[in-house]
Amino acid sequence: MPVLENRPGKDLDEELIKRFKAGSDIEASQDIGALEEEEIQRLKQTGVDLDAANRLGTFIQTNCNVASCHCDIEGVEMLPVTEALKKYDGLKEYWWRILDPDKDAFTKETQRHLDNGYFIRSKPGEKVVYPLQTCLYIRNDNVAQKVHNIVVAEEGSELHIITGCTTHPHLTSGLHIGVSEFYVKKGAKLVFTMVHNWAEDVYVRPRTAIVVEEGGTFLSNYISLKGVKSVQAFPTCTLKGRNAIARFNSVIVAPEGSDIDTGSRIILDAPETRAEIISRTISYGGRVIARGHLIGKARQIKAHLECQGLMLTEEGIIHAIPELEAHVADVDMSHEAAVGRIAKEEIEYLMARGLDEEEATSTIVRGFLNVKIDGLPKELDEELQKAVEECRKGM
Amino acid sequence: MLHIEDLWVDVHGKEVLKGINIDIGKGETHCLFGKNGSGKTTLLMTIMGFEGYKVKHGKIMFKGEDITYMPLNERAKMGLGLSFQRPPTLRGVKLRDMLNLCSSSPGAGIELAIQYGFEKFLDREVNLGFSGGEIKKSELLQLMAQNPDLTLLDEPESGVDIENLNVIGDMIRTLLEKDRHRNRTKSGLIITHTGFILNYVTADKGHVMLDGRLRCEGNPIDIFEGIQKHGYEECAKCQF
Repeated sequence: MPVLENRPGKDLDEELIKRFKAGSDIEASQDIGALEEEEIQRLKQTGVDLDAANRLGTFIQTNCNVASCHCDIEGVEMLPVTEALKKYDGLKEYWWRILDPDKDAFTKETQRHLDNGYFIRSKPGEKVVYPLQTCLYIRNDNVAQKVHNIVVAEEGSELHIITGCTTHPHLTSGLHIGVSEFYVKKGAKLVFTMVHNWAEDVYVRPRTAIVVEEGGTFLSNYISLKGVKSVQAFPTCTLKGRNAIARFNSVIVAPEGSDIDTGSRIILDAPETRAEIISRTISYGGRVIARGHLIGKARQIKAHLECQGLMLTEEGIIHAIPELEAHVADVDMSHEAAVGRIAKEEIEYLMARGLDEEEATSTIVRGFLNVKIDGLPKELDEELQKAVEECRKGM
Repeated sequence: MLHIEDLWVDVHGKEVLKGINIDIGKGETHCLFGKNGSGKTTLLMTIMGFEGYKVKHGKIMFKGEDITYMPLNERAKMGLGLSFQRPPTLRGVKLRDMLNLCSSSPGAGIELAIQYGFEKFLDREVNLGFSGGEIKKSELLQLMAQNPDLTLLDEPESGVDIENLNVIGDMIRTLLEKDRHRNRTKSGLIITHTGFILNYVTADKGHVMLDGRLRCEGNPIDIFEGIQKHGYEECAKCQF
């Protein structure tokens, strides 16, 4: 069993930050030169397609610089967050409103030394059919990227954002801190799909909070298929208006050497709200902590949590931590968690149809990782197939 | 087609089959009756080659070849097919994918699904939330796509409502080429509790399994009527 790093404490967090240099310390020519073909391919594998016709807007931040920011439709505003702060008088309604800058070393660091980030707002009633894409790209070795994003889906609007976070194809080390505050207003819908595609020695610290108002819907998809040194993320979503809905879906693969501590918390703070957390994790040597915390604070809420873990090797750890917390009697909350190897029964079922053992295993792993999210480029699908093969080889 | 000789099988260290002999010719369909726990399913699982069914003695010959220790998938490729009584759920695997994986010729399974009015299940995960009848239909579609020469059916009528029995019966008739009266090549071995399937499929022979042994052999309808009248115990005493 490889020695995996313990969850860093406060001092270790600060030390970790010090190990990396700021994006602004990199020579500008290296930082924002045109992307090469292999980089464009890498972005595609991360869900970001620069050639696609079906993207309504694109935001790319390379290290600390905004390399691209444009949006084709009038009903949606997309700006580098530093510009939005100037334009909207510090974004007082949204800036550090649902996250506390003093939460930990990473939020503090982002508040003090912000690189940039994106501001996206869909205007009231605007229903966007195609997704917008954002990309947080670390292009140089040993850089710490610190972003703060604000997304506002105004009343009755609909918005789908695909965000790809990745590193240069030849880079191994970096730190990504992403602070995100999302506001889903009355009757609005926000679909947020995040794809992580990091390298072996990259540390990732997203800090995310979401508020959903009456009748609003927040759907989150998270996909991480590649090796990464350490991810620690625990987005918290508060359903504060009647009939609000939140759903978190995640698919995580942890190869040897990866340490991924992730999950989500949903606070059902208004009557008749609904929440669902579904996570599917695979370990073939790495450690995954799959958390889920549902807090029922109002009457007639419905919440369900599902953690499924597949251990493909004797090595590795999957630690599922499902939590249900009810504060009133009239709630309907449930969870199921199952961790283990692929059931022999399932493999034999497929073998009885003529598949050999390897084909049967791949079919089951592929099914387990099956994510069908509209608008993702085919390159990401191919990555998924590759991940299935890697998993099988890792067995 | 199938020849089994003095077959003794252990499951989890317990002796379940105790010297089975059976012969199923090309184009023949046989029925297997017997109480719960008598070893019927064990016989089917052993013929198919599932791990956990340990052959202690005897042999299984299929199409003239000794398959006693042959891996499961190779038996399937040789032309053995089994309909599961309670198949597992395959999360994330669509029935469409499953049928394509089974199909001996491309697209065959999908066409069949459409033909049998099952197309709305194509994008459902295999067996997830399927009713008893839907599971049977899905199993039979997979088998039809696979097109085996010897079909092993484990209680194909269980959990199926009256309305769907016709369809299930029709599918089995097709699988076993029952509408062909000459030169039939497909064979079948069917476990049945209710005998209901006999209304749809003519069987050539019936066998009664009691405590891991085949105790009688004969006309399936006579045997079934005998069981209905006198029960399995009496059946055991009777020697044809």
